[in-house]
Amino acid sequence: MIIEIGHFALILALVVAAVQSVFPVWGAVKSDHRLMGMAPSLAVAMFLLTCVAFAALTWAYLTSDFSLLNTYQNSHSDKPIIYKISGVWGNHEGSILLWVLILVLFGALVAVFSRNIPQRLRAATLGTQGWVSFAFLLFVVVASNPFGRIEPAPMQGTGLNPMLQDVGLAIHPPILYVGYVGFSIVFAFAAAALILGKLDAAWARWVRPWILVSWIFLTLGIAMGSYWAYYELGWGGWWFWDPVENASFMPWLTGTALLHSAIVMERRDALKVWTVFLALLTFSLSLLGTFLVRSGVLTSVHAFAVDPARGLFILAILLIFVGGSLTLFAWRAPLLRQGGLFSPISREGSLVLNNLFLTTACAAVFVGTLYPLILEAFSGDKISVGAPFFNLTFGPIMVPVLILMPFGQLLAWKRGDLWGVSQRLTLAFAISVIATIMLVWFMGASSTSIMTALGFGLAFWAIFGSLWEIVDRSQILKVGFARAVPRIMGFTPTVWSTVLGHAGLGFTVLGIVTTMAFESERVQVMHPGETLEQNGYHVTYERSWTQPGPNYDELVSRYTLRKGGDVVGVMEPSKRAYRASGRPMSETSIATFGFSQVYFATGDNDENGGIVTRIYFKPLITLIWIGTLIMSLGGTLALFDRRLRVGAPVTARRRKSKAEGAIPVAASPAE
Amino acid sequence: MTRKQKRLGLIGLAGLVLSSAVGLVLYGLSSSVTYFQSPSDIAEKQVEIGQRIRLGGLVEDESLDKSRGSVIHFRVTDQAEAISVQYKGILPDLFREGQGIIAEGFIDQKGVFIADTVLAKHDESYMPKEVYETLKEDGHWMAEEQAAAAAEQGSNVN
Repeated sequence: MIIEIGHFALILALVVAAVQSVFPVWGAVKSDHRLMGMAPSLAVAMFLLTCVAFAALTWAYLTSDFSLLNTYQNSHSDKPIIYKISGVWGNHEGSILLWVLILVLFGALVAVFSRNIPQRLRAATLGTQGWVSFAFLLFVVVASNPFGRIEPAPMQGTGLNPMLQDVGLAIHPPILYVGYVGFSIVFAFAAAALILGKLDAAWARWVRPWILVSWIFLTLGIAMGSYWAYYELGWGGWWFWDPVENASFMPWLTGTALLHSAIVMERRDALKVWTVFLALLTFSLSLLGTFLVRSGVLTSVHAFAVDPARGLFILAILLIFVGGSLTLFAWRAPLLRQGGLFSPISREGSLVLNNLFLTTACAAVFVGTLYPLILEAFSGDKISVGAPFFNLTFGPIMVPVLILMPFGQLLAWKRGDLWGVSQRLTLAFAISVIATIMLVWFMGASSTSIMTALGFGLAFWAIFGSLWEIVDRSQILKVGFARAVPRIMGFTPTVWSTVLGHAGLGFTVLGIVTTMAFESERVQVMHPGETLEQNGYHVTYERSWTQPGPNYDELVSRYTLRKGGDVVGVMEPSKRAYRASGRPMSETSIATFGFSQVYFATGDNDENGGIVTRIYFKPLITLIWIGTLIMSLGGTLALFDRRLRVGAPVTARRRKSKAEGAIPVAASPAE
Repeated sequence: MTRKQKRLGLIGLAGLVLSSAVGLVLYGLSSSVTYFQSPSDIAEKQVEIGQRIRLGGLVEDESLDKSRGSVIHFRVTDQAEAISVQYKGILPDLFREGQGIIAEGFIDQKGVFIADTVLAKHDESYMPKEVYETLKEDGHWMAEEQAAAAAEQGSNVN
């Protein structure tokens, strides 16, 4: 019964989406207040109905109702409760339902929270969001229905893929989806602006929080996926340039560009058409990612089922929305009033460069991701485009971004003084050089290549150059610590968000460079009592034993990790065999020292009681993910600033002028 | 500067960045992509020694030799030709004889494929797509049930 209610709610949501797609947009074009007024309640209704459907499916998983084909194929009554819940989205139908749930959630959020935006824009935005919701709800109801029954109902399910039975899976998809799908509302705002033919700085102010929220979650989602792959797959790799990863990385790159161009639009009323284009492009790339991941074009752990009909359906949605939005853009964008002019040496000029490089980098990733698919379709040649290609193309394109970042932070709006900024950054540059020399010395100068040293330099420049804004704004070197502290306390969240966002990127780059240059790996058959030495650590294989887990049996091997005679870690990697499916699965064991990690994975026992042991030494690897956390924190602070200005614009501005008043206002917003 | 000059400057800069990027991408595609080859392709085409390729096929029955410690030897076959593969490391969880795999590496002077990465299915009924298609083309794919299963489900993680 509950299942049927869920199914029915889903169909009702589809009907509501159909209504949402037509009337509010019509009302917005014709200025009919009654039609426009429908939009918020419809958005909320659609969200509630989808919630009911999602809850019904979750209920089936929690109660192990195997009369449902979806639960039978993907669940098992012995599974721990957390994996019963996460199993809801650990399959094709459920994950698409989660996708839709988040899609309609964003519609409902706009309906509830964006009360201060003009009614026409809100109605047109929710209407456009209705089109996307309609397309995906139709897909769920017609081609990807999670509520199919089987008769007679089996006694037991076949279990979830063991790789997906992990806390990482429980949280990675929802967070990634919030980012991915969040850009749909940005897309809807852009399409609405094009339909209404009205685009101004205020539009950017209304859209920016949504860009920020999506960007924060996308950043966290990608980072979490990377960490999950790192510890779960047992290869010690944290990024594979796999098409599925690229699928989420492309919207992140254009989303980051959008984040910055929207600032220019808000502050200077420039780059308007470009910002709208980026908004359309970013969600188009999200759709492309959904197509790549969910259609079965790629073979990956993310592609649950290869069903050609579903692939074609998603492809059709992709083509309609990308084609439709680009046509709308080509038709309406020329009618928009051109934005303001600005000098190339200025804050906005540097943000244009940021956009140029980020979108070019995205294009390189795009080519590398799609070229094998296209080549195979046309010539039949099967190739794989892997890390060497992306390191060669993506790497050099991102170098100028890192070099220019600190300059952009200090350049003034309208007309910047590049020479002056360079002088102000001299000390930051000197500190970066010193830090680089120290790190090279610490890592061993003879084993450091010139490229690695340059990589360190770039990372430190990004970190110290970004943090230098604190020193520069507070004038701490001139006025002294005591007078600088109140100034630093008075910084607006915007200042902190830029500083943290940029420095976070620097930390990530530092982690990447160090790991790539200095990671080492040891693979050896070890017998009980045997000790090996690597990177200053002594590893002793103690013994292994078998123990039962909730739904698997595992062979655990214990190693003692010593450094300078002291035991610094007891490592217990294991090999699991899941009872439901009989599938084997390796579990790694990781010890963290500072920002570095030692990583253990085991293979099979050989005849003589030896076990293949794989040990990785990953210097500073955690900085990769810590950097992304700092970036997300930066994004979150930017959100707070926005709230301040919406709630009390006058006070916020007054506070800002107070904080910056005494300083030669180098980078204050020229509004 | 006039509006026109500024615009020209911006377009010029964008053109410069884009053309360098196009150059990089073309160079990358010509130098750093790896082609997928079956053992028959290798026998026919004379793949250069040391050139990186992806080898796909089935692990030949009774060819897996783990006796030499962490260096593992096995043969990959497409039922017509077979090639010896050497790999140092831990094999994927679902690596077994008779199953489809993809190995990445190069062929050494002795004609042995030195793999640095071995990918197997991550799912019981999964056959790497490239392997499945090659076997189908060559007419060596008989087991219909397995083929259907392979087409139904898929997962690998690279």
